[in-house]
Amino acid sequence: MAVITYREALNQALAEEMERDPDVFLMGEEVGVYNGAYKVSKGLLEKFGEMRVVDTPITELGFAGLGVGAAMTGVRPVIEFMTWNFAILAFDQIFNSAAKMRSMSGGQFKMPITFRGPTGAALQLAAQHSQALESQVAHYPGVKVVVPGTPADAKGLLKAAIRDDDPVCVFEGEMLYNLKGEVPEDDDFIIPLGVADLKRQGSDVSIITHGKMIHVALQAAAQLEKNGIDAEVLDLRSLRPLDTDAILATVAKTNRVVLLEEGWAFGGITATIAALIQEEAFDHLDAPVLRVTQADVPMPYAKAMERAAKPSVEMVIQKVNQVLYR
Amino acid sequence: MADENTQDIAHAEDQAPEAAVQEAAPDREAMTAEKPALSDEERLQGLEPDKLRKMMYDMLLARRFEEKVAEAYALGKIGGFCHLYIGQEAVAVGAIHAQTPDDYVMTAYREHVHALQCGVTPGAVMAELYGRADGCSKGKGGSMHMFDAEKNYLGGHGIVGGQIPLALGVAWKIKYRQEERVIQVYCGEAAVNQGAFHESLNMAALWKVPMILIVENNRFGMGTAWERASSLYDIYQKATAYAMPSAVADGMDVLDMYRVTKEAVDRARAGGGPTLIEARTYRFVGHSMSDPVSGVYRTKEDVEKEKGNDPIRIFADLLARQNILSQEELEQMDEEVKRVSEESADFAEKSPEPAVDELYTEIYATEDVNGRLYFDGRR
Repeated sequence: MAVITYREALNQALAEEMERDPDVFLMGEEVGVYNGAYKVSKGLLEKFGEMRVVDTPITELGFAGLGVGAAMTGVRPVIEFMTWNFAILAFDQIFNSAAKMRSMSGGQFKMPITFRGPTGAALQLAAQHSQALESQVAHYPGVKVVVPGTPADAKGLLKAAIRDDDPVCVFEGEMLYNLKGEVPEDDDFIIPLGVADLKRQGSDVSIITHGKMIHVALQAAAQLEKNGIDAEVLDLRSLRPLDTDAILATVAKTNRVVLLEEGWAFGGITATIAALIQEEAFDHLDAPVLRVTQADVPMPYAKAMERAAKPSVEMVIQKVNQVLYR
Repeated sequence: MADENTQDIAHAEDQAPEAAVQEAAPDREAMTAEKPALSDEERLQGLEPDKLRKMMYDMLLARRFEEKVAEAYALGKIGGFCHLYIGQEAVAVGAIHAQTPDDYVMTAYREHVHALQCGVTPGAVMAELYGRADGCSKGKGGSMHMFDAEKNYLGGHGIVGGQIPLALGVAWKIKYRQEERVIQVYCGEAAVNQGAFHESLNMAALWKVPMILIVENNRFGMGTAWERASSLYDIYQKATAYAMPSAVADGMDVLDMYRVTKEAVDRARAGGGPTLIEARTYRFVGHSMSDPVSGVYRTKEDVEKEKGNDPIRIFADLLARQNILSQEELEQMDEEVKRVSEESADFAEKSPEPAVDELYTEIYATEDVNGRLYFDGRR
């Protein structure tokens, strides 16, 4: 298998799906001439032309809605948001139109659209550019939400998203684009939506997380190993549908859980999973479920404050020790 | 016009609320100043008598159908919000007659007539209003969300202005697939103050997509008079900011709607891109069934005066003058549409309630590998 970056994996996924299906097109700010703000679409304009790699004005609501209308009538748009932070302007179209079209039409319209872009904090981008918003989007039945954490997952999940007949929102880790990893070269390499992945087997405690945070979890697990603690890391990969079976299985296996997400605790993904575990697996628990999330504040700019606001390896280790009563 | 406007606004601010209501509706003659003075023959545009009679039939059906809807709503047969189109029939009927069934139509929440005009059967529209299984959205959409994919009727959408980007997307698809179709999208005048309108107009004009945006200016966004909501009175002028062709149509005159829309449709089909049409019309009823016809934001006298411009009466008089449809034939037609409306209510009445098991269907197109789509575990 070739070792490529997360960015290249996404680029391959787009190129392969556009090659395979002439109905697939990419639209967004800077995707064409500029080759993508994060260079995910590099070379695609040259390869597919300007009807299929479309630079838009800076109008998130407008071009997101354009994608939804186009998808209603049979083509398969991939809508790139320069970042999900800007997609907030388009949430009406995602929540009120894309998520509900099939339902409110009594099943008459498919919605084969993919919304994608980077999410989460980068380095000192401050309050408006450092938000992990997947929990908000996953709130809505009718959409699917995936959060790839590795290059292979990025390719397999994006290809699955493009081929899916429902609206799929792909949250790419803004700090992951340069991450390298082995990625299958098969044109039909697909990772099914709704299937979690055990990124690390373990027996003492389960760290359940997604996206960029799997790397925080894996680093924590590596350090915990030195102290004789064998942590399991479950990467959800897909938030909607959620692999509840995999969550309950790891809880039953280790009996101790630390939940980790980049976003805020209030109404967050980890809040939902904690409730699920309490409802479905209470008898398996040997300790309360604990969470690590972003501080409940808008992201500050100053370096030290930013570091303090983000979930860290140290915080995960501390919570693991707590559920192990160490 | 701009000066008059400024004066109106200044004037309104100085008045007590009761007087502001009086000032809210400008003179209709001023509103339709752009309409050319045409002879009867010119107004008829060489249209076949059969087509003219069909337009008459469609407007009458729209009126009688919605009167039936109002009755059923009053009896509690229909729930939720219910926005009637009474008074505005000439707009959808005239405009949709200017395109073919292969073209698309999309609109907002005041949509029963657009659905009918696209060929959704009265029974399916009424059953949807009743929330029944035979409704055009199987009872899941209701008054504001009617759809019929086969009729290219892309629905009613409930967020003000939210449908305009969607229609832009349909127009984009037409261009992407190199089809010879157009889409008509409707919004109310209040929607043009939304960002969605401006973002869409810019892209539609930039990319010359075949979208015809018809702004149904009935003068009130719910209970707020247009001149109290917009800094610019003439909506059609907003298109000039996007170098887009635009026109004003008399929304109380089905033939003027047809004429203006046909020109836009022909231009779009020829690759000439989008058009903004401002249809100046008036609703004879409240914003929705919960809003009184008059009293709060417009006077009874205003409404009565506008009813003198009933689009059905205006068109019927013309057809009678031109010996295309006699008074007697009109009365027969009226009996016929009343019967169709009654039958649609009977159909809705007899249609079953949707099975509650259908709650979890038709939300996602594809199951995931483990059949795990819904979080609440109830399925």
